[in-house]
Amino acid sequence: MQAIAEKVLARVKELLASGEVQRVLGWEKGEFDYERTPALFEKDDIDNLVYDKFCAANLSKKLVEASKLEGKTLALIKPCDSLSLNQLLCEHRVKRENVYVLGVGCKGMEGKDGLCMKCEFCKGKDFAIADEVIDDESCHEVPESDRFAEVRALEEKTPEERFAFWRSELSKCIRCNACRNVCPACTCVKCVFDNPDSGVSSKANTDTFEENQFHIIRAFHVAGRCTDCGECSRVCPQGIPLHLLNRKFIKDMDTLYGDYQAGENSEGRHPLINFTKADAEPSVILNRGE
Amino acid sequence: MQSTVKEFKPLIVAFCCNWCSYAGADLAGSSRLSYPADVKIIRVPCSCRVNPLFILRAFQRGADGVILCGCHPGDCHYTTGNYYARRRMTLLFSMLDYLGVDRRRVRVEWVSAAEGARFANVMNDFAATIHELGENVKLEDLRCKQ
Amino acid sequence: MQKIGVFVCWCGSNIAGTVDVHAVAEAMKNVPGVVYATDYQYMCSEVGQQKIRDAIAEYGLTGVVVCSCSPRMHEATFRKTAEKAGLNPYMVEIANIREQCSWIHKDKEVGTEKAITLAKAAVAKVLKNAPLTAGTSPVIKRALVIGGGIAGIQTALDIADAGYEVDIVEKSPTIGGRMAQLDKTFPTLDCAACILTPKMVDASQSEKIDIISYAEVEKVSGFVGNFTVTIRKKARYVDITKCTGCGACMEKCPSRKGKNEFNMGLNTRTAIYIPFAQAIPNVACIDPEQCIKLKTGKCGLCEKVCSAGAINYQQEDEIIERQYGAIVAATGFKPIDLNGFDEYGYNTCKDVVTSLEFERIMNAAGPTKGQLVRPSDGKHPHEIVFIQCVGSRCSEDADKGKPYCSKICCMYTAKHAMLVRDKYPDVNVHVFYIDVRTPGKNFDEFYRRAVEQYGVDYIKGMVGKVWEQDGKLMVQGSDLLNNEQLTIPADMVVLATAIEPNPGARDLATMLTASMDTNDFFTEAHPKLRPVESPTAGVFLSGVCQGPKDIPETVAQAGAAASKVIGLLAKDHLVTNPCVAHSNELLCNGCSQCEKVCPYGAISYIEKEVRGPGVREVRRIAQVNEAVCQGCGACTVTCPSGAMDLKGFANRQIMAEVDAICKAQ
Repeated sequence: MQAIAEKVLARVKELLASGEVQRVLGWEKGEFDYERTPALFEKDDIDNLVYDKFCAANLSKKLVEASKLEGKTLALIKPCDSLSLNQLLCEHRVKRENVYVLGVGCKGMEGKDGLCMKCEFCKGKDFAIADEVIDDESCHEVPESDRFAEVRALEEKTPEERFAFWRSELSKCIRCNACRNVCPACTCVKCVFDNPDSGVSSKANTDTFEENQFHIIRAFHVAGRCTDCGECSRVCPQGIPLHLLNRKFIKDMDTLYGDYQAGENSEGRHPLINFTKADAEPSVILNRGE
Repeated sequence: MQSTVKEFKPLIVAFCCNWCSYAGADLAGSSRLSYPADVKIIRVPCSCRVNPLFILRAFQRGADGVILCGCHPGDCHYTTGNYYARRRMTLLFSMLDYLGVDRRRVRVEWVSAAEGARFANVMNDFAATIHELGENVKLEDLRCKQ
Repeated sequence: MQKIGVFVCWCGSNIAGTVDVHAVAEAMKNVPGVVYATDYQYMCSEVGQQKIRDAIAEYGLTGVVVCSCSPRMHEATFRKTAEKAGLNPYMVEIANIREQCSWIHKDKEVGTEKAITLAKAAVAKVLKNAPLTAGTSPVIKRALVIGGGIAGIQTALDIADAGYEVDIVEKSPTIGGRMAQLDKTFPTLDCAACILTPKMVDASQSEKIDIISYAEVEKVSGFVGNFTVTIRKKARYVDITKCTGCGACMEKCPSRKGKNEFNMGLNTRTAIYIPFAQAIPNVACIDPEQCIKLKTGKCGLCEKVCSAGAINYQQEDEIIERQYGAIVAATGFKPIDLNGFDEYGYNTCKDVVTSLEFERIMNAAGPTKGQLVRPSDGKHPHEIVFIQCVGSRCSEDADKGKPYCSKICCMYTAKHAMLVRDKYPDVNVHVFYIDVRTPGKNFDEFYRRAVEQYGVDYIKGMVGKVWEQDGKLMVQGSDLLNNEQLTIPADMVVLATAIEPNPGARDLATMLTASMDTNDFFTEAHPKLRPVESPTAGVFLSGVCQGPKDIPETVAQAGAAASKVIGLLAKDHLVTNPCVAHSNELLCNGCSQCEKVCPYGAISYIEKEVRGPGVREVRRIAQVNEAVCQGCGACTVTCPSGAMDLKGFANRQIMAEVDAICKAQ
């Protein structure tokens, strides 16, 4: 990683100096040893940029705002982040012409408790989009994993067990919105949950609809667009395995409508805005064996 | 014999598309084909107008079963609406099942404007299922009130 | 402050028999927002409607709920009633307490309770209603027909006959299409040219019809009543206003190797050419691929011999833009490419021909002057095998061919067989078929005549292989009825080749935002009830571009499409359905998901400065064309931010109904 980080820093400085890019979106050191927070750098503070094994945060969402700025923003994009970025490009949320995508090789990121969950289930080390890539051989090793194993384990439980599981998990939620704020698919200019006219959110405390359904509705809103980047679970202060909701949708869509990876292409239709005449009927759920 | 037990009266919300299923329901009515009064119909222009939110909302507000009826695939008044509805509902139903909600509480049925008898049969069958399942309280309880 | 009036109809005893209508009205008086509630025997009667109008005036009602029969029955009636009393018609909601309550419940208590719930839901909805106004949009009284075959010609003639101007855009140098290539037509055996060419002449002489030949549609924008179409008129290097069609240029042209498209490539033509004698417009056209002058700069013979001075080697493509109220797609078909069907030897044996090629061979104006001879050696054949369903009715999983029945092949094969036997009784004719399909007026009689009077040998079975051997074409097939394998030594083999939509139709469909099925046939707005309209308002379908059909069906559909166009053009303005989607620009992300699910292409994106509380920036946002939107609501569910909503069936309205129904329990 050290070698890559040095190359990245040198290249970034070169591009800044030449004026090809105006600023750099990367990570800087945070409060704790293992904490790296997204930040924008210019020529004078570029030395604060770090790239190491703690740079887990997905920067793609930051480009929604950064790409509106004057001139080009260089973004350090890891392979899995490139899927999120590509999905955002597909949705016209990022101005491509204002972004220089520097793909940076990744060997798996760590947090406080070691290897990140998303890296345990690494989806691959290829870049869906990049103007330039800095990596090496060792950045292409993908660990063996089965990202749907947890979903399957839950599916195999009884409905009562499943309900108890989700009830206990979702009850932990403090509605801090960290999941929503970090999610690269949650880029709505105004979230339905913040809009009293939507019928979803309600200012009245007596209305528990939002409280009860927040995560389910959120999962549905990002279904088909979620790249399974795992940021929601990574940032949840309560440790709710939110990715299990998104992965359930992904698993179902893969099974029912064919394998699909959001962000793999920058155009086209995701499974929920597509159909075939021969699609399965909703009764497949009813008739599914326990 | 205990007489204090209140008889369970299920609450069933049926979303019906204006062009096929709502007309099918009208035909069931004009043919005097009865089905339980537990079924309350909400008219929507097309099955694709039904947001999964509406269904979650119904459950959260105490519905015991929700059914969505639309034109048969291929016959949608708007050509493709029910194809989108089919995918959305399939995924929603799977998610509800995953959350531990009994999968028998949700259903999609395609009923044409000519199928009055089918509409009544579908509603009778669904109401009987819900009656058997009893009260649904789960979605309301998905989060314990703090 | 909302003031809602509730009107409970007895419908004689239809409702009052199983619903306590007084109790419903009384219960509704206690519902928040309701200021007036009453019941009456027949709300739809003049007296009943007067009660509603009076109450609107007296109580200053802002919304009306009528508890009555299905809204499919009287919603329009009560909307008009409200409008007469000065209330916006879309401030009326119906609670269906007849079809969905009194008629299906026998217990009065149950019926009454349900009626109250349904009424409460309607009140909850109407409280969230907003006044809506139906918009209007003007209609440009000119139609465009794309494709100049029999479908396009007939559509244009019928539209012109009603007094409207119509343009035909035809991609080849002449109109006439496939029908012009045919010899005789089934089941009457009249000559195709004899019935088609008068129509072509009518079209060219009509003051209302402008034939834009050798041209293609490049861009379509706008919507029903108001399309703007960009048309590219390809350079023909001949001034069509000067050319007299004398043909002197064709006699002198030294480049004679161009494939003659009209004769299906069975012979050649000159570089400057008129496709066929009855072409319209009857003017020459230079094929730039073949013209020596255009390719090398030398030659120029045609210019020298043209006494009209019509030749212009400098001519360039011309782009024109026109406005239309309606567009008709009549893009027709072509036989499929037979690559991949090597078993029939089409690409290797010259005497294996397609039916359309055979049509040209049999045609008196064709490459053989109507003499039945083999393409390979010009000899008269004695044994001909026809093979049906070549590329039609193939399995969906097959890597070649089409899954559908091409519909016309059974009949034209019977026609070919009969014509051959009639003209050349010495020729033996065999037909391999899977099924013979003859559902049409006089069709089966025609087919039976071929078998019974003309002795055509019909063999039920498939052909496995055709190969050349000793100057013969060996046709190996199975005879399923006699359960045996046959090998017939033939002199010619004719393949009833499947037909498919013209390849350009897919691009056109994209431009028109008209949908297509997996086989690239245009889809109709409704397969049974709106068979000549596309789902896109103002775009109509004529002929085979919608699905395989024969000439009479095509002409009938052409007329039907024309009558739909006439019905549209007869209007000065279109009244638009106000229950359409609307995007809240402050909430729109510009993500394009709604655009992708819209079946009508009603949603487009613009860059616009958005202003709101604390917001002022240029954003990409969705715009709904209200004249095009049909109000299905597919976009509303796709929209994650809730920016897209449907007027009349808004999120908050439906949510309110759900809440009311659930709370009432």
